[in-house]
Amino acid sequence: MADPATGGEGNRPALALHVPEPKYRPGDKADFSHIDIGAPGDQPRPDEGIHPSQMAGLAYGLVRVLGDDNLAHGPWNPRLSPETLRAMLGHMALVRAFDERMFRGQRQGKTSFYMKCTGEEATSIAPAMALASDDMIFPSYRQQGILIARGYPLIEMINQIYSNKADKLKGRQLPIMYSSREHSFFSISGNLATQCPQAVGWAMASAVKGDSRIAASWVGEGSTAEGDFHSACTFAAVYNAPVILNVVNNQWAISSFSGFAGAERTTFAARGLGYGIAALRVDGNDALACYAAAEWAATRARGNHGPTLIEYFTYRAEGHSTSDDPSGYRSAQEREEWPLGDPVTRLKNHLIAIGEWDEDRHAAMDLECAERVKATTKEAEKNGILGHGLHHPFHTMFEDVYEELPWHLEEQAEQAIRERIAKFGTERPFG
Amino acid sequence: MSDLIPSVGDAVLEERRLNMIEAINEALDIMLTRDPDVIIMGEDVGYFGGVFRATAGLQAKHGKTRVFDTPISECGIIGVAVGMGAYGLRPVPEIQFADYIYPGLDQLISEAARLRYRSAGDYIAPMTVRSPFGGGIFGGQTHSQSPEALFTHVAGLKTVIPATPHDAKGLLIAAIEDNDPVIFFEPKRIYNGPFSGYYDKPVEPWKKHPDSVVPEGYYKVPLGKARTVREGEALTVLAYGTMVHVAEAVCREKGVDAEILDLRTLVPLDIQAIEASVAKTGRCLIVHEATRTSGFGAELSALVTERCFYHLEAPVERVTGFDTPYPHSLEWAYFPGPVRIGEAIDKLLKD
Repeated sequence: MADPATGGEGNRPALALHVPEPKYRPGDKADFSHIDIGAPGDQPRPDEGIHPSQMAGLAYGLVRVLGDDNLAHGPWNPRLSPETLRAMLGHMALVRAFDERMFRGQRQGKTSFYMKCTGEEATSIAPAMALASDDMIFPSYRQQGILIARGYPLIEMINQIYSNKADKLKGRQLPIMYSSREHSFFSISGNLATQCPQAVGWAMASAVKGDSRIAASWVGEGSTAEGDFHSACTFAAVYNAPVILNVVNNQWAISSFSGFAGAERTTFAARGLGYGIAALRVDGNDALACYAAAEWAATRARGNHGPTLIEYFTYRAEGHSTSDDPSGYRSAQEREEWPLGDPVTRLKNHLIAIGEWDEDRHAAMDLECAERVKATTKEAEKNGILGHGLHHPFHTMFEDVYEELPWHLEEQAEQAIRERIAKFGTERPFG
Repeated sequence: MSDLIPSVGDAVLEERRLNMIEAINEALDIMLTRDPDVIIMGEDVGYFGGVFRATAGLQAKHGKTRVFDTPISECGIIGVAVGMGAYGLRPVPEIQFADYIYPGLDQLISEAARLRYRSAGDYIAPMTVRSPFGGGIFGGQTHSQSPEALFTHVAGLKTVIPATPHDAKGLLIAAIEDNDPVIFFEPKRIYNGPFSGYYDKPVEPWKKHPDSVVPEGYYKVPLGKARTVREGEALTVLAYGTMVHVAEAVCREKGVDAEILDLRTLVPLDIQAIEASVAKTGRCLIVHEATRTSGFGAELSALVTERCFYHLEAPVERVTGFDTPYPHSLEWAYFPGPVRIGEAIDKLLKD
């Protein structure tokens, strides 16, 4: 081994390992002025059939629509109607209210776990609104906004979070790992990035059958380091799959800043170019830009022009989950200093600026969202909360492992039920 | 012996005989024809027809969107198949060698196997992963492995291993039609002919074996049902894949009246057939190529001991590969061949 004091062998210089370090740690004053966010409206909007090799500017730049003047600028303005904008704002407000309430529910011991999407609402809600309702979504765990935008009943979400007797997943899944076939929302897995090649496969299947539906997956920037992401990009490019691969770059993967996923040297969008995939990098806190990018990619996919990778440049405003405390690894100031602001505030201010909204209506909407979530939570709690009783018959634990129960699961189910009776004296101790 | 199969020398000998590759190819062809949702994909399976020829001619017949080549990415192959299954297709991905299935393990274990369960039936993974497995061909470390125990340990997966052309076709059709994810391991040592384990003797082709009579058209061999290879009184042999033939040859050579069960499906296992046989013979020999520790033989041994304890007249014996990576030059010292099986039989029958 080389002596660190004298350097490497002979005259060769000693090598040095680079370990990325975020700019700010707890106690530091955050300053993001080094981040080039460009100007709203400064990126061109090419034809959807463009060859990826012509998209370098879009992969390294930032597509932005909403300016500091709260008005929409440039060719990416999706020109949405005020009704659509208000619906979008409404979904974002509802998700925020939902997150607040569920986070509190976890702290009150009503469930084991929760994850907020605060600050990232636009990256799920706006693209979901740009897709058709039967386009297939392969989400990660931070796209609850898609379910809200697709009208999935809040009570079903809460039942799942509480793992109660009305939980459609029968208490089998960790909270927030939703699934809804009816809403074309794929079952969420704890294993990161596995949904990316699955989305590509779904899109390939749609193409095999001559269907017109497309698929879209969501993954965090941290998870792009997984092999599955590489597989997904390769297969998407090879088969020209009608898929949108969304990367939500919220700067943090639990305690690891995006540098550990490679962000110091390139953008996540730029990776698409290497595979021959169309690539857009978008202001993830600008709901109009998010909508426009997804709409562009969907049009491209539907026209058989192939896949698109979209990087949503945003910031994870809260902790990773209820099990995380970000004050242990990052500056408390980051959220306020984030140069792209807050997606809800920006969309609200836009609607106000174009004369389609006002502070009073907004306050009333926030109140209504909070009331609605509160009332629905109370309703869901009638179905039980985690830990208060065993909500599902023990036999259900053995169902759906296979289509039919093989002998060994039937035997184990009998054992479990025997244990239940031994403990409670009855198979139905909780009614 | 299956009642479908005439013995050699019968007039029915004119019946069609296939080797295992041809039987698998035919099963795939039939399923591609019957079900427009069946898709075949894998490395080199398309234009070329597979490195073992199992998919030969299928792309030309069924088209490039039904049978196609993939990038060299087992993670991608399995992951994409899960997505296709979620759409409603019935993918039959191939992994070129079982030794290379590991990059696809997360997709198999965390996704395919759990999808029905975690989504409470919202989504399923009706896929059949075909993969050549097993040794005896001087395949060295990465063309010889038998990783079945990794899959039998995963709740939600079914593991199937045929030992004859007749079963290969019928089991593969059943696997493709099954709505659960199936790992279908094809013992490549017996693709072209059954292997006795006497590696110093000439190999016979399948055409001389009664189980190479393969009916034309569609038929199924049900998953979860063992096959009684021969009935006997002295001991029960539990085996699958290549080792069925090796065990049979050794018992024949030694003149042992063994009852040999070809398990065919490891999960779900035909426990009734095993219990009935061991209850009759009182002795049990388990044979597999895979390494010993935590191999599927350990599960079989435990089940036999738990469920047939009062019938047992000797401890359950396991003959397996050694707990080493699969060696190249010392293959026949590693392979659980006639000497190792013979010693175990002697030990079992000692008293």
